[in-house]
Amino acid sequence: MARQLRLSSPASASSLFNRLQLDDDLEADVRDLYASTETRDLFVTVDDPKKHVSTMETYITYRVSTKTTRIEFDLPEYCVRRRYQDFDWLRIKLEDSQPTHLIPPLPEKFVMKGVVDRFSEEFVETRMKALDKFLKRVADHPVLSFNPHLNAFLSVKDLNKRQGLALLTKVGESVKHVAGGYKLRARPAEFCAMGEYLDTFSQKLGTIDRIAQRILKEQSEYLTELREYGTVYSSWATSEEELQRPLEGVASCVKTCCGALEDQSESMSQDFLPVLREYVLYIESMKNVLRKRDQTQAEYEGRLEAAILRKQEDRTPMPVEVEKCQDKVECFNADLKADWERWQSNKRQDFKQLLTGMADRNINHYEKCQAAWESLITLLQDKQTEDKTSETN
Amino acid sequence: MAEDGKEESVATDDESDHTAADGTGSLNNTMVEEGSTLLRRMEICVAEAEKRSGKNAVNMQETFTVYLIETRPMDAVVEGRNPAPDALWRRYSEFELLRNYLIVTYPYIVVPPLPEKRAEFVWHKLSADNMDPDFVERRRVGLENFLLRVASHPVLSNDQILYHFLTEEHGWKEVVYETGFQAKADSRLRALSATFRVRNPDKRFMEMKHYSDELQSHTSQLLRARARVADRLYGVYKVHGNYGRVFSEWSAIEKEMGDGLQSAGHHMDAYAASIDDILEEEEHYADQMKEYLFYAEALRAVCRKHELTQFELEMASQDLISKKQQREELATGIVRTFSFKGMTNKLFGQEAPEQREARLKLLEELIAEGEETVKEKTLECEEHVEKAWVDMQRFKEQKDKDLREALINYAVMQISMCKKGIQVWGNAKECFLKM
Repeated sequence: MARQLRLSSPASASSLFNRLQLDDDLEADVRDLYASTETRDLFVTVDDPKKHVSTMETYITYRVSTKTTRIEFDLPEYCVRRRYQDFDWLRIKLEDSQPTHLIPPLPEKFVMKGVVDRFSEEFVETRMKALDKFLKRVADHPVLSFNPHLNAFLSVKDLNKRQGLALLTKVGESVKHVAGGYKLRARPAEFCAMGEYLDTFSQKLGTIDRIAQRILKEQSEYLTELREYGTVYSSWATSEEELQRPLEGVASCVKTCCGALEDQSESMSQDFLPVLREYVLYIESMKNVLRKRDQTQAEYEGRLEAAILRKQEDRTPMPVEVEKCQDKVECFNADLKADWERWQSNKRQDFKQLLTGMADRNINHYEKCQAAWESLITLLQDKQTEDKTSETN
Repeated sequence: MAEDGKEESVATDDESDHTAADGTGSLNNTMVEEGSTLLRRMEICVAEAEKRSGKNAVNMQETFTVYLIETRPMDAVVEGRNPAPDALWRRYSEFELLRNYLIVTYPYIVVPPLPEKRAEFVWHKLSADNMDPDFVERRRVGLENFLLRVASHPVLSNDQILYHFLTEEHGWKEVVYETGFQAKADSRLRALSATFRVRNPDKRFMEMKHYSDELQSHTSQLLRARARVADRLYGVYKVHGNYGRVFSEWSAIEKEMGDGLQSAGHHMDAYAASIDDILEEEEHYADQMKEYLFYAEALRAVCRKHELTQFELEMASQDLISKKQQREELATGIVRTFSFKGMTNKLFGQEAPEQREARLKLLEELIAEGEETVKEKTLECEEHVEKAWVDMQRFKEQKDKDLREALINYAVMQISMCKKGIQVWGNAKECFLKM
């Protein structure tokens, strides 16, 4: 999981390494299976959303900043502006050029106009975080990060010119898949297990999403009642003398608790739920890759069978295509297994972070409330001792 | 809450400076001070509750709860002796009878209320059943609180009927009825619910009556709102229990994450379960508020009684004035106001002097009576105002003190709830970090 590091000047690989070591390690136990060292030499960030209004359309662009020491890049730093379309283009390109690898998902492309405000702060913020995550995952990937399309995406000023082929390529891709049509004989056990895991995992995430939403709903109704409850104390205070301050104190505490809960709910809605949903998309991407792998294997098995039959008939040697297919399958399996491992470890980190974040939010909420009530007690008890001393005087 | 006479040897009771109405010579304690409250001499508690069955007034079988009242002489407690307490059983209706007697007999006192007869302001999980053990327990506490308040009251604590309530199990009811308070109760009820216009009520009492309405309104609003909040909070906590289940299921397909998830799930279950105790404890706060909701009614009754006495005084004064006017008319022959007698006199001639004499004599008697009545009513009114004002001040101080304490306790409860929440989520976080 890439972290956002602010580098003021182009850093050498070793100093980057040093900085990395100082961070508290979330990834202590998992090492990149491809690289032999822990050096990370490509850092990307997505931020600074801006609205653009033109005659044809209105859209948002994001700033994509890159810092790198890789020689594949001409400059150590880049700063470009990209819109969602561009990210989509990149993803398609990656899928096409690296069919055996798992490509991280993008946030949902289409939003129902009228239901969701595409230009609201929350929506833009949430989408930006997801785009940032996408790019970081790609930049972290030992193979994908060297893809020339990524390079272009990060460095080229005006991407539009390169996008022309995007549509055609996409069509071509799907045609390629449909034309496959081979039937798979025997899927290796480990890939079956992966598929089952993904199904169950996806289901559990869906459940967690529903629970989280339900909690938000219950909290919202609780908040409504709590606000009303606070006002009752305020209005009672107006008819009391001695009790006025204590009652107003309670009203104020209740109000503080309302604010704290509102913050927690908003945070859950903005930070927790989107990440959860994005993982469901990630699972779908992974399932797609598994399907592609199955296809590749099926194709190989099909061709092999055909070749064997022909060989029996007229003793021709094993055609090259069959061997190529076999290579393809073996490559795919190896890539997939490697990707699976890193996906699993990333998943572990992501969920550790997500769930501890949830716990922290709840702790934070209770701490705020506790502080408010404690200061009220101090206030009330001070008054008590004040009264007592004035009585004895 | 009422002064706790159970543990301490001497209840701190500065109201004992107010004089008690009658002596309590029947008690054998030689240390009785004039005006000291019953609670100083006697330890009282409502120790238990039990279910009983019996035949009621219409010979039908019914189940009801009885409460055990235990008393011990305070000097024995102070001296360290531990005699077995005297005890008797009473049911709720007998407490009601006692209270009704006190209300009628001491109309200038803000009489402490009983705990509610039926469970009100209930939020969905809480039972509205009178036989529910939690309800019975809270009622036991409420009844004890009632007795402690009455027994520590500078005026009420000296009452003989109260003393008998605490010490004589059988025949108490008959003694109460023999006081004839029932008749007074009926007429009082009628009078208090009637509408009448008072010309010159004491302004302070009118303000106090207005305040009692405010107090009643606010406490009932508070209780309703609190019940709704409790309902919702219950929902929030309980839904978290679902996390427990899904984490457990999820942990089954995970290798390294499994243990952490599983343990975190247990903490989510604990979190969901914790709300039951939290809300149960909050019921005590609700009970404290309810006491003052009912107290507001008692306060209002005292104000209404003032209105009544003032009204009767005004009526009597009015009556006296009109009789004196009549006398003047008879004596001087000048008719100021219209009367049939005046008319018939004009039409048929004046009556005979003997008749006039007789009527004048009667009027004089009536006027004398009327003047006595006015004196009585004036005295009654003044006495009521004086005594009631004293007790209302006492009540005000008690209310301020009690409610402030109640609010502090509420804050303490909230803090405890926050601490529990922090602990549970802290534990869950530990588990997540270990994933």
